[in-house]
Amino acid sequence: MSAPPISVGSARALVWPLRDRPRFSPLLAGVALATAATANAPLAYIVIRALGAGPERLWASIGTPLTVGLLARTLALVGGVVALAVAIALPLAWVVVRTDLPARRAWAVLGALPLVFPSYVAALALVATLGPRGYVSLWIEAWTPIRIGGLVYGYTGALLALALFTYPYIFLLLVAALRDLDPAYEESSRSLGAGRWRTFFGVVLPQLRPALYGGSLLVALYTVSDFGAVSILRFNTFTLAIYNAYRALFDRSVAAALSLVLIVLAVGLIAGEGLLARRLPPHRLRASRMPSRARLGAWKWPVILFLGALAVVNLVLPLGVLVFWGARAVELGHPLGSVWQPAVGSLGVALVAALVTVGLSIPIVIWAVRHPSRLSRAVERISRAGFALPGIVIALALVFFVTRYLLPLYQTLALLIVAYVIRFLPEALAATQAAVASVSRRFEEAARSLGQSQLGTLRTMTLPLVRPGLLAGAGLVFLTTMKELPATLVLRPTGFETLATRIWSSAAEGIYSQAALPGLVLVAVALPPTYLLVIRPALEDRDGTTSRGGDR
Amino acid sequence: MKRIEIYSKCGLLPLAIVGLLTACSERPGEGEEGMAESGPVVVYSGRNESLIGPLLERFEAASDREVQVRYGETAELAATLLEEGANSPADLFISQDAAALGAVAGAGLLRPLPAATLDRVPERFRSPGGSWVGLSGRARSVVYNTGLIAEDDVPRSLEAVTDPRYRGRFGIAPANGSLQAHLAVYGVVAGEEALSELLAGIVANEPATYPKNSAIVQAVIAGEVEWGLVNHYYLLRALSEDPDAPAKNLFMNEGEASGFVNLAGAGLVSESTGGLALLDFLLSDEAQLYFAQETYEYPLVAGVEAAASLLPLADLATPEVDFAQVSAALEPTLMAINSSGLMR
Repeated sequence: MSAPPISVGSARALVWPLRDRPRFSPLLAGVALATAATANAPLAYIVIRALGAGPERLWASIGTPLTVGLLARTLALVGGVVALAVAIALPLAWVVVRTDLPARRAWAVLGALPLVFPSYVAALALVATLGPRGYVSLWIEAWTPIRIGGLVYGYTGALLALALFTYPYIFLLLVAALRDLDPAYEESSRSLGAGRWRTFFGVVLPQLRPALYGGSLLVALYTVSDFGAVSILRFNTFTLAIYNAYRALFDRSVAAALSLVLIVLAVGLIAGEGLLARRLPPHRLRASRMPSRARLGAWKWPVILFLGALAVVNLVLPLGVLVFWGARAVELGHPLGSVWQPAVGSLGVALVAALVTVGLSIPIVIWAVRHPSRLSRAVERISRAGFALPGIVIALALVFFVTRYLLPLYQTLALLIVAYVIRFLPEALAATQAAVASVSRRFEEAARSLGQSQLGTLRTMTLPLVRPGLLAGAGLVFLTTMKELPATLVLRPTGFETLATRIWSSAAEGIYSQAALPGLVLVAVALPPTYLLVIRPALEDRDGTTSRGGDR
Repeated sequence: MKRIEIYSKCGLLPLAIVGLLTACSERPGEGEEGMAESGPVVVYSGRNESLIGPLLERFEAASDREVQVRYGETAELAATLLEEGANSPADLFISQDAAALGAVAGAGLLRPLPAATLDRVPERFRSPGGSWVGLSGRARSVVYNTGLIAEDDVPRSLEAVTDPRYRGRFGIAPANGSLQAHLAVYGVVAGEEALSELLAGIVANEPATYPKNSAIVQAVIAGEVEWGLVNHYYLLRALSEDPDAPAKNLFMNEGEASGFVNLAGAGLVSESTGGLALLDFLLSDEAQLYFAQETYEYPLVAGVEAAASLLPLADLATPEVDFAQVSAALEPTLMAINSSGLMR
C-alpha cells in the first residue's frame, strides 16, 4: 500500500493525527461495487431490451395514443392521490402534535397504522364495502336514494384505496417536522398581529415543505408502482399495462418498451422533487423547546369525529371485511385454504431479504460516509436505483436477463431475493446512513488509535453503535417485502407461494373468502414491525419518553 | 484468530449471501444424484389452480411423484416457453387453448407424443403432427344474470357485443387464453379487418375487464355486470356450490364464429418420463371423469360421458377452421388486442 504524502498542516492531518487516512477495505469496496452494479442491472437491461427491438418497433409499442392515455391516467392518479393524501396527513399531523386533543398519541398511532395494509387488501376492502354489491353500498341504497353503482371501479376507487392507505408516509414526516419547528417564528408572527390561520399558512406551512415534498414523493412513487389496487379496482395505469403486455403477448419487447416509459416517469418525479427541494432554505436544527399547543375548544368534537371516521374507514373496515369473509366461509363450510405454507414462504423471503439488504447497505454507506470520494458517493447514489424501479419492471428485467445469460438462477428463490434487494436497498441505505451519520467519527478514531484494524473498528465500534438504526432498516425491508406483489408474482419459483400471491390468486378468481385468512395473517405479521420500527420511532416524543437508543 | 472473528462478522456476510444464493438457486430435481426420473414433474399450467390443482394432487398421490406447478395465463406461459427455448425447466405445458399449444409447437419446443397417448382421443382433438393432445372440450358462452337481463336481450353474436345498448354493462377477460383464441378464430373466419373493427367496437362499449373468467362469473352472480364472455363450465362450477345463484349460460349461434368449441390440451416440453406419465394420467378414465363431473367440461376420451346437464358437444355451433391457421393467427390477434386498448 503506497501511502499518499502527508501534508503537514492540512485539515486532513488534524483529523487524522496518528496516521494518514486509511484506504477503504478493498473487500468491502468490492461488495459495494457489486451491489451497486446489480442494483442497476435491470435498468440497463430494460434499456438494452427496449432499444434492441429497433427504433421502429419501440415506437410502434409506445408511440400510440394509448400510451398518451396511459400516461395521462397514471399522472392523474398520482396527482389525485398525492393531493388527497396531503389533505388528510396535514390536518392529522397538526392536531396530534400542536393541539390539546385528548389521547394525542393514540390518535397518532391509529393515523399511521393503515401502513400495515397492502394496497390490494385495501382495494378488496373497498370493493367489499363500497362496490356495487358492497355491504355499505347495499345499506346506503336501501335507506337513501343515492345509487353507488360501479363508483368504486376506475379512478375514484384507485384514488381512495391509494390515498387512504399511503398518506401515513406524509403524516409521519410531518409529525417529526412539526415537532422540530422553532416556535419563535410563529410567536413573532402572532405578536406582529397575524392571525392563527395566517400564521399557519405564512409561517408554519413553508417550514413543512421538506417533509411535504419528501412524503409526497414517496406516495407518488408508491402510486406509479402500485399493481394490486389498480388491478382489483380496474384502473389501467402503466404498471397494469406492463403486466398485461407481459402475460398476454408473445412479444415481450412491448412490456420492455412500456417499462422504459415508466422508469422515465419515476425518474421525472424524483427529479421534480429534487428541484423543489433545492429551492428550500438549508436545514435548521430542531428547536430547543416545544411550541404551545393550540386549544381546540369547540373544534374538539368535530376533530375527534374526523379522526374516528378515518380510523373506521382505513382500519376497522379492512379488518372487519377480512374477519367477516373468514367467518362466512367457515359458516358456509367453504375451505379457508391452508395458510401455513404461504406464511412460511412470506416470512422466509422477507427475513432473508431484510438481512441481505441491510447487510449490503453497510459497506456502501461506510464507504460513502467515512471515506468520501467521488467514486464512493457515486456508488452510494446509484445504489438507490430501485427507488425509481417499480417492482414489475425489476421483475421483468430479471426474467429477460436471467433466461438469456444466467439460466441457473432462473425461477429460484435467490433471484426473487435479488429483486427484493434491488427494490428495497434505498430503504436500507437511508436507515443505515442515518445511523452511521449519527455516530461520531471520534469513536472510530479512538478504536483505530488503540490498534484496531479497519474491519475490527467496524465490528467492535461502528456496528454496535448503529445496530438500532440497522434494525429499523431491516424492519422496513421486511415489511415491504411481505407486502410486495408484482415482482413476487413474476419471479417466484414454480410452486412457491407467499401470503401476497395467495391473496392475489383468490382475488383474481373472484373467490374473496379465500383471501381472508392469508390477509389476516399478513396483517398480524406485519403489525409488530410496523409499529415498533416505523411508527413508534417516528412518533417518539422529543423528551425521550420512548428512548431512541432502544436497548441501551 | 482475530482475523477469523472479523470475517465472521463482516467478511462472512457477503460470503454467506453468496452461499445462500447458491443454496437457493439449486433447482428442485437437481442434485438428486442426477436422476431426472425421481425429481418433481414441473408443469406450466395456463389452467386455474382451482380447476386442475386437485387432479394434479391425485396424480401425486397415485404416482408418488411430486408435481410443481407454475400457474399463469396461457399466453404468458407460452411466451415464457418461447423465451426459455430449449432451456425450459418445464416438463409439461397445460394450455387453456389449442392455438397457444400450436404456437409453442410451431417453435419446435414440444416433443412428439407416443401413439398410445395420442390415440386416447379422436383425431380431431389432437395436433396433426402429434405434438400435443386435447384434454377436455369447452364452449365459449355468455353468462348472464337472470335477474338483471332477459334471455332475449343477451347478445347472440360477437358483433352484437358492440351494440351501444350494452355500454358498460358487461365483463370481459382480455388476458384470458380462451377469449384470445376465440378472437383469433373470429379473425381467421371474418378477416383481420373485421377483427380490428370488432375490437374497436368492444373497447368503445367500455366493458369491465377482469383478470380471469371465474372472476367474471362471480361478478355476474353478484350483479356487478349483467353478462360476460366466458367458457361454459365456470358457471356450472359456481352453481354446484350455490344452486340458487341467479345466472345462466347462453351459447351464441348467430353471426361469424360466435359459437366456438375449444380444447384445453397439453404438450410435452421435456423428455422426462414424469411429464409423459402425468399426461397419460390426465387422459386416463379417472381424470376424464374428473373433467366431466368436477369441472363440467367435455371429456374427450371415448367412453367417458359428459355431465348430463350439458348440451351434447355435437349440438354446439363451432366454425370449421384449421387449427394450424388459428395458431398462426394467435400472435397477430394478441397484438391486435393489445393495440385496441382493451388491456390498457
